[in-house]
Amino acid sequence: MKGLLIFRLFLRDLKKQRKRITLTLMAIVWGTISIVMLLAFGEGLKRSLNKAQHGLGKDIVVMWGGQTSIPFQGMGKGRRIRFVDEDVEFLKKKVPEIEAAGAEYNRWGVSITYKKNTVSERVNGVYPSYEEMRAHYPQRGGRFINRLDMEYKRRVVFLGHKLKDRLFGNEDAVGKTIILNDVPFTVIGVMTEKMQMGMYNGPDWDKATIPATTFKTIWGYKYVQNIVYQPRDAAQIEEVKKKVSKVMGAKYKFDPEDKEALWLWDVIEGQKTFNKVLVGFQIFLGVIGGMTLLIAGVGVANIMYVAVKERTREIGIKMAMGAKRLHIMTQFLLESLIITILGGVLGVFFCVVIVKIWAAIPLEADWAQWLGKPVISLEIAVTTSLILGIIGMLSGIFPSRKAASVDPVESLRYE
Amino acid sequence: MIDMRKIRKVYSTGRIEVEALRGIDLIIGENEFVAVMGPSGSGKSTLMNLIGCLDTPSSGEYFLEGQKVESLSPNELAEIRNKKVGFVFQNFNLLPYATAFENVEVPLIFGGVASRKRRKRAMEFLDRVGLGDRADHKPAELSGGEMQRVAIARALVNQPRLVLADEPTGNLDTGSGKEIINLFEELGKQGHTVVVITHDHGIAERTHRIIKLRDGMIVDGNGSG
Ligand SMILES: Nc1ncnc2c1ncn2[C@@H]1O[C@H](COP(=O)(O)OP(=O)(O)OP(=O)(O)O)[C@@H](O)[C@H]1O
Ligand SMILES: [Mg+2]
Repeated sequence: MKGLLIFRLFLRDLKKQRKRITLTLMAIVWGTISIVMLLAFGEGLKRSLNKAQHGLGKDIVVMWGGQTSIPFQGMGKGRRIRFVDEDVEFLKKKVPEIEAAGAEYNRWGVSITYKKNTVSERVNGVYPSYEEMRAHYPQRGGRFINRLDMEYKRRVVFLGHKLKDRLFGNEDAVGKTIILNDVPFTVIGVMTEKMQMGMYNGPDWDKATIPATTFKTIWGYKYVQNIVYQPRDAAQIEEVKKKVSKVMGAKYKFDPEDKEALWLWDVIEGQKTFNKVLVGFQIFLGVIGGMTLLIAGVGVANIMYVAVKERTREIGIKMAMGAKRLHIMTQFLLESLIITILGGVLGVFFCVVIVKIWAAIPLEADWAQWLGKPVISLEIAVTTSLILGIIGMLSGIFPSRKAASVDPVESLRYE
Repeated sequence: MIDMRKIRKVYSTGRIEVEALRGIDLIIGENEFVAVMGPSGSGKSTLMNLIGCLDTPSSGEYFLEGQKVESLSPNELAEIRNKKVGFVFQNFNLLPYATAFENVEVPLIFGGVASRKRRKRAMEFLDRVGLGDRADHKPAELSGGEMQRVAIARALVNQPRLVLADEPTGNLDTGSGKEIINLFEELGKQGHTVVVITHDHGIAERTHRIIKLRDGMIVDGNGSG
């Protein structure tokens, strides 16, 4: 009956202050939507960017030779350090913690022709280990460069998916012949579409990839562009890096501490910072949504203040009948909680609808790929409920304290 | 029952100070039926609020059933109003959105009475004031006399020792006023202490004792009646 009375009081308020309550309710709904959607899009973006991060490859280290900056064993600085094919096997032998490795050659501005289409793009000469390390997965019906291609220096080419589209359009590419600088190549595979954040030498989707051995035969490069390796255990990446510096330093006579002689770019480190940035981004979005809710909370508090004022006499009557502070306060607290929770539930409902609709729309555009799909995670649900609860309490507590401090004598004195 | 010593009450509204009560010494015994009279502004309502623990004196001592009231916390005072005191007002002061029945339930709710017992008791007291058949009516659907009877049922439902009425017949015609006074007389006989503020000499005559106030002081009726 007490609960019922409070509910009836709430309904009566609803009628009396319909406009104001509706507006506040809308503000809470809007606040909830903005906080949940911002967080949900943030989460979706985080997941899609995370995937894009892995587009370059997971847990890999890219290694370039540089120029010595520290004199070593009687040799001055400024010496160029360059690596050759044999260094791949050398590294694997000397550093057993390395799971896979491969060298990479690179030439840009190569004219690539299929029938009447000619584009100028980058050609990569790589090892078969690239398929796994650098996420060069073939689409159905194709394959990546294998050991035999390497051994026989076959003229086969694996195409990035965008490059394939530019050359072939909707036509099938596998099995067709394309011309790289006057040399015919057979297409053996097209890369599965992927998003790629980290990159060097441009995005993989625009590259034509051929066996490293073939590359050397055609263009006669002596030195590799870079070497990529993947440690067995990502947690050991730092120790492995040290060991690599030592081994290569011994071979090429440079100080293992010389950061200029050997460049080691570690994707894992980048992933960590990147994740931190994303979490920061989500917090930022959450704060913006929280502010919106806070303003809505002020609206609720305002309504409750009006309700207290209008019910002064009633409060006085109840006090004369023996109501304690808590009795008076509970009513107003409950009312503001009802408004807040109602708004919150409505808001979350809209969000779920939006997320469902978004998930149902097939969005092919690039920006949509990068944005990802909004996701309402458990964390988001918990955060939002907490914020709503706090705002409901806060916007109720001050008006209800005012209600509890009504002077019964004063409030009963006048008609 | 009531023991007041040198009670003063000063209201300060901004710069002006109004001394509503200027040294009240008052003893009201158990089971007494007392009338308080006096011109408008003489401090009758103020006195009643103090007796009923709705307000606290500016100075002086007040013992209610031997308990010193000044030392009590707001919640303890609320408890006293709930258990020991029943208020009846000139303008009824019913909750307008609640039914007669629900209005009678209010003190029981604050007293923490369980719902089944509460309903039974509220109905019992509505019956006692002869309004059992009006339980579901809102105050606006009742006559003045009926509203005041609901208010009396509400004042009595927690079975307080002390019933305080501030001009309970002031807004009623003579007929229903008489019914109300009959009810109070009945209460006096049943062992309640009843204090009625009134301007009506006819009513005052029916009580055991008339206390007369003027300018915040008792001018007559402080001997035992
Ligand atoms: N809350 C208050 N603030 C300021 N002055 C007050 C307050 N309550 C009462 N007074 C003053 O105290 C004096 C006594 O008031 P009180 O209401 O007790 O008189 P009363 O005898 O009940 O009069 P009435 O017969 O008109 O009801 C009056 O002068 C009144 O103006
Ligand atoms: Mg008065």
